[in-house]
Amino acid sequence: MSAPGGWEAVVGLEVHCQLRTATKLFCGCRNAFGEPPNTLCCEVCTGQPGALPVLNREALALAVRAALALDGEVAGRSEFDRKNYFYCDLPKGYQITQLAHPFCPGARVELPSGEQVRLTRIHLEEDAGKAVHDRGARTLVDLNRAGVPLIEIVSEPDLAGADEAHAYLTELKAILQYAGVSDCDMEKGSLRCDVNVSVRRPGEPLRTKVELKNLNSFSNVKAAIEHEIARQVAAYEAGDPAGFPVQETRGWDDRARTSRPQRGKEDADDYRYFPEPDLPPVEVSAELVERQRGFVPELPAARRRRYVAAFGLSEYDAGVLTASRDVSDFFERAVQLAGEPKEVANWVTNDVLRLVADPDLPHADLGELPLRPGDVADLVRLVAARRVSKSAGRRVLRGVVERGARVEDVVRDLGLEQVDDADAIEAWCRAVLAERPDVVADVRAGKRKAVGALIGAVMQASGGSADPGRVRATLERLIDAGA
Amino acid sequence: MAQDEREQVERVARLARLELEPGEVERLAGSFERILEAFAGLRELDVGGLAPMTGPCERTDVLRADEPRPGLPPDELLRRAPERVDGFFGVPKTVRGAEDDG
Amino acid sequence: MAEALAELFAGDANAWRAALLAGRATVRAAVDAVLARLERCERGPGALNAVLAVDAAGARRRADALDADRAAGRVPGPLFGVPVALKANLCAEGLPTSCGSRLLADWCAPYTATAVQRLVDAGAVPVATGNMDEFGMGSSGENSAFGPTRNPWDPGRTPGGSSSGPAALVAAGLVPLALGSDTGGSVRQPAAFCGIAGFKPTYGRVSRHGLVAYGSSLDQVAPLARSVRDLELCLSVLSGADERDATTLPEPPVVPELADEHMTLDGVRVGVCPELLEGEGLDPAVRARVEAAVDRLVELGARRVAVRLPSAAHAVATYYVVAAAEASSNLARFDGVRYGRREGGERSLQEMIAATREAGFGEEVKRRILLGTYVLSRGHAEAWYVQALRVRRRLRDELDAAFEQCDVLVAPTAPTPAFALGEHVRDPLAMYRADALTVPASLAGVPALSVPCGFVDGPAGPLPVGMQVLAPALADARALRVGRLYEEASPWRDRRPPWALPDEVPA
Repeated sequence: MSAPGGWEAVVGLEVHCQLRTATKLFCGCRNAFGEPPNTLCCEVCTGQPGALPVLNREALALAVRAALALDGEVAGRSEFDRKNYFYCDLPKGYQITQLAHPFCPGARVELPSGEQVRLTRIHLEEDAGKAVHDRGARTLVDLNRAGVPLIEIVSEPDLAGADEAHAYLTELKAILQYAGVSDCDMEKGSLRCDVNVSVRRPGEPLRTKVELKNLNSFSNVKAAIEHEIARQVAAYEAGDPAGFPVQETRGWDDRARTSRPQRGKEDADDYRYFPEPDLPPVEVSAELVERQRGFVPELPAARRRRYVAAFGLSEYDAGVLTASRDVSDFFERAVQLAGEPKEVANWVTNDVLRLVADPDLPHADLGELPLRPGDVADLVRLVAARRVSKSAGRRVLRGVVERGARVEDVVRDLGLEQVDDADAIEAWCRAVLAERPDVVADVRAGKRKAVGALIGAVMQASGGSADPGRVRATLERLIDAGA
Repeated sequence: MAQDEREQVERVARLARLELEPGEVERLAGSFERILEAFAGLRELDVGGLAPMTGPCERTDVLRADEPRPGLPPDELLRRAPERVDGFFGVPKTVRGAEDDG
Repeated sequence: MAEALAELFAGDANAWRAALLAGRATVRAAVDAVLARLERCERGPGALNAVLAVDAAGARRRADALDADRAAGRVPGPLFGVPVALKANLCAEGLPTSCGSRLLADWCAPYTATAVQRLVDAGAVPVATGNMDEFGMGSSGENSAFGPTRNPWDPGRTPGGSSSGPAALVAAGLVPLALGSDTGGSVRQPAAFCGIAGFKPTYGRVSRHGLVAYGSSLDQVAPLARSVRDLELCLSVLSGADERDATTLPEPPVVPELADEHMTLDGVRVGVCPELLEGEGLDPAVRARVEAAVDRLVELGARRVAVRLPSAAHAVATYYVVAAAEASSNLARFDGVRYGRREGGERSLQEMIAATREAGFGEEVKRRILLGTYVLSRGHAEAWYVQALRVRRRLRDELDAAFEQCDVLVAPTAPTPAFALGEHVRDPLAMYRADALTVPASLAGVPALSVPCGFVDGPAGPLPVGMQVLAPALADARALRVGRLYEEASPWRDRRPPWALPDEVPA
């Protein structure tokens, strides 16, 4: 992947991911989203004078698990630091984070392409509150989010452009979700991403690095990187050093599809880090590491390989099925119940995912859909037994979702049982042949494929219940017989 | 007092968000300079081989169970605030990143 | 009744508790008497200006509850009915925690400090907050936004700082016990200046939860009292791990009854080092008093041992770099957003923050924030802050080595007796140097007691001198016991300052 005009792009990502704990990183306030403002707060997370932080055991455990899922090493000893700056959403005037001794000093992510993305580090830190700027004349501060545990995952600049960055984010999100570390929901802000972009001519040193912020969806990340690479290349191509990119932070404006510099005064990035005196260092025991390793499930890359090798699925289908853990788990359960991995994969990738994405259904994800792996397994068995046709099967699954009923009931209630009755099928066929003499003529003239149109019409007439194999045989017999 | 001491104090004051008055800058820059001079001997000590002592606490792994506990009622929190708007803390209109917020 | 109350005010906290348990007075009557005296002590030309706020209603409620408990036969706590003053940087229900600052002038904490809660649970009655140098930054009480406190031994002199109000209140006999905080000597030095006992425990002995932070790696909640046995009693209540402060030590509380019960001074090795006893700026009269006290310890069976502490010469610089660095961060939360004073709310956010801090902080606080910001800033952190942490390590190593040779280390608490109000206000460095003998224990985190060891002549009468007893980390009980054995074998404890309530001034 290369940037236009013989330039190479180099992209690095800093991903912030909220951990799925019950409480905040340093206090017992609930870690929750969508509550009324300033209702999940205490003296610690609002920076009341005299309050002190105490580290949440589960946050550390989940962070360690994330490191293991990302094939990372876990430092024997890690420490917290204070990052000092002033902003209305930062109650203490400093953020507790890890600078010198992160809990994970290196990890990596393997992309589906086989490319390795090295991670510089992963560290644990607290989230800031939320400043709301679009409600009236004042900026409003809600501290519910202040102190929520985050891991920051910093990649090496190993990504060659927007597509690879997107693939990396997709894989990272899947891994973190699989490991149960985070729900990684960008809409709720539980996954956030900053991007560093620079370009170079092949073989030359990298040019100035620019940081992009305010990227709140994967497609934004992709668009912003594409835009930034183009902007930088255009500036260098124009040749006027006055117009060259400067080292700065730019904010992405999704509506305008462009980025703007975020103005920073001098000293803005002198964070005066120093060791947090209120928090003793953490020594991660081998026992903790091993326990967390036990919670790391088979990860998407391994599942993809297994689906291809053991189930004979295509790389593409394996990728679609493993992109999220709930889909993958659903698929595997259905395979366990029904066998027939290819059949199950077809139903899941085509029909189940279509139902998940259907905006007319009130369900946001697979977990909410009233559809069980057993339903898909039942359907696969009915189709194999030729009791339900494939086209009727699609209606069966939708019926299960819409009616909240089981497969057998839906088949019965909607009359979708495949009709095996030769007389009925012949009647439907004769009717269709009578209606479409033009097609019949085509078939007779040697266009055997045209019979497909007739099959479709018969299937429609039968409400999907006819066995398509029988329909084809009947049609061909009748046409050849000159009916 | 030298110009650069004054500038130094002004730079540090900006970093520390202290809007010093002119007379204050003079006074503080003077004492600042004298203090750093008096402490200069500290920098000469040969202690390179010693690990920095962040504090006397020698504990490690002081962890808390991930169990919710009651916090502050919102009105307890907000009634101490200089400005409240609909359950939020109110501050001057700002756009993150538009000021030197780090 | 009046006689019983007079007896209470003449004694220490142990005696106070015993008298109440013996039924000489009700807690309510005693607390009413304290409240009346607190009210009178701030009147007239002799006003101490030691009190920032009084919680009369809360104290009376608490007193009545204690009397009711007693009547109901409940077991009385170890501090039953003992009125206490709190330094104004401790969070407590019902008492504003101004920290001696304009910025927090009216701030009432929405929660209670662990140390305060433990006192209350033990039966103590918080009655008032004591004046202090703003956010604990000062050695004279003169950096309070609410005016300086006077020393009961000489109203023209400072009571020391930063726990100036609590020390003056105990010395004046208005309360038998007070809770202060000691970052670089803020309890020991005022105790010495006021002729009372003060104790900085091992770092981590007492929870800092609810103590408004100045230098987080140095701060300890620390009691002030008229006797060392009161300090022991108080520490037995205060000490012990707190799940809200991750730096508290897991060791069980210091229990005075069990602490080296049979210890005498026989064979106790008392370390004396030239860096602390012959240092530059040490008043010869102070040195003479401490030398005499060491002689007394030797008479009582102790053995004098010479030790060295070469890095003590750099302790002041080390302390001010570390404390200022931590303070610059700890005080960043005072931004006018969530609590406290705000200025410039109509300007931009960052201008509002800067205006709030400019208007809210006094000059010394600003100086230390500037110093701390500077030593942590890019290009300077390694040479100043990290270097100071290395010197801190060396000092700690030297103390560890010294404690191989001695059981306790004895030194003057302060280089001079109480200095005059105004004497050092124009010269911050001179004020910093007044901490030279207390900051080593703070940097190392070891326990240190200040106990009266005599008097020197001042222009307006005698001024008390304090002796410091340092012990290794966790040997709090040892420092206290040595101090107590000394105290009980010397006449200083019963000396009272000439200060008297306005209506007790002889005509």
